[in-house]
Amino acid sequence: MTEKNEAHETQHHIVSPAVYITIFICLLVFTGLTVGASYVEMGVFNPIAAIAIACIKMVLVVLFFMHVRYSTRLTMLAVGCGFFMFLVLIGMTLADYISRAWGRW
Amino acid sequence: MSDSSVVIHGAPKAEGHGHDAHPSYLRHHFESVEQQADTTNFAMWLFLLTEIMFFGGLFTAYLIYRNWYYPAFVAASHQLNIFWGTLNTLLLITSSFTMAMGVWCAETRKQSGLVLCLILTFILGLGFLGIKTIEYKEKIEKHHVPGFHYSLNSFLNPDSDEAAKAAGDKPLPLDIARHTEVYFSLYFAMTGMHAVHMIIGIGILGFMIFRARAGAYTAGHVTFVENFGLYWHFVDIVWIFLFPLLYLISRHAN
Repeated sequence: MTEKNEAHETQHHIVSPAVYITIFICLLVFTGLTVGASYVEMGVFNPIAAIAIACIKMVLVVLFFMHVRYSTRLTMLAVGCGFFMFLVLIGMTLADYISRAWGRW
Repeated sequence: MSDSSVVIHGAPKAEGHGHDAHPSYLRHHFESVEQQADTTNFAMWLFLLTEIMFFGGLFTAYLIYRNWYYPAFVAASHQLNIFWGTLNTLLLITSSFTMAMGVWCAETRKQSGLVLCLILTFILGLGFLGIKTIEYKEKIEKHHVPGFHYSLNSFLNPDSDEAAKAAGDKPLPLDIARHTEVYFSLYFAMTGMHAVHMIIGIGILGFMIFRARAGAYTAGHVTFVENFGLYWHFVDIVWIFLFPLLYLISRHAN
């Protein structure tokens, strides 16, 4: 059993500081981008750009800072399912609220 | 790994099972250190998924009201100070980075590095809350806290308000201006819940600094630091969405 432990422990993935520094710089750049984009008139694309940048930042944090890229498939599946369920709930709720008054004005 | 093998390994052995046979932090119901680490990691993610659903309710409420009362949301969001908001975003991202480096220090058994990273994360977290206090104080002074003393002055007479004037706001009709209170209710609910998570995190960080100084996380058992890191990064992600949604709704409109 001890041998088995040692064999397993070497598999534990340690993310290097170089990765963390790269992601950190990316996050700073995207923060600057999102502030800059809010001052540009893009009409309907303003909120889309803001949400898109936030989603990119989230994916970077989840994959690298939170190690999901190096985690077990079970963790990946759980995280994926969680976000998918969240989008389903938001999507269904908004579909209801946005379409509720259709044809009444 | 079948269930039966777990039972066999978990059962007490006849020849005695000394604690030198495995690391002291390996619980007996786990087969290996790796299985234990994967299990706690999975459990931490399940907890974070409930947190996503919790904040998701607030975000959904925000999206619905923003869709209904868009002009009021634009005018109200102009009351937030973009400098403080951006600075807070930078503080929180930096604290996430120092926390990630802390996890690396624990994994590579660098005790002084870990203590330094935890202290930096602690200070950056306090800095975030300090700036939040400055922002809340301004809202209280301008009577922008929802309730009996809520004032519509900034939205009915934008020329009398510095922030509204700078943004070039037009006076809103009374029925539209009233809905700015909905925006500030959501603002305080969302940033307030986020701040509560920050306060809890900072409390745990203080505990971890003491434990790390005693060498607790640099002897091979890094689960606590790793899972706290997950929590801290999650709080960062919530702010990554709060910042554009609350501060940057429509800075270009005039």
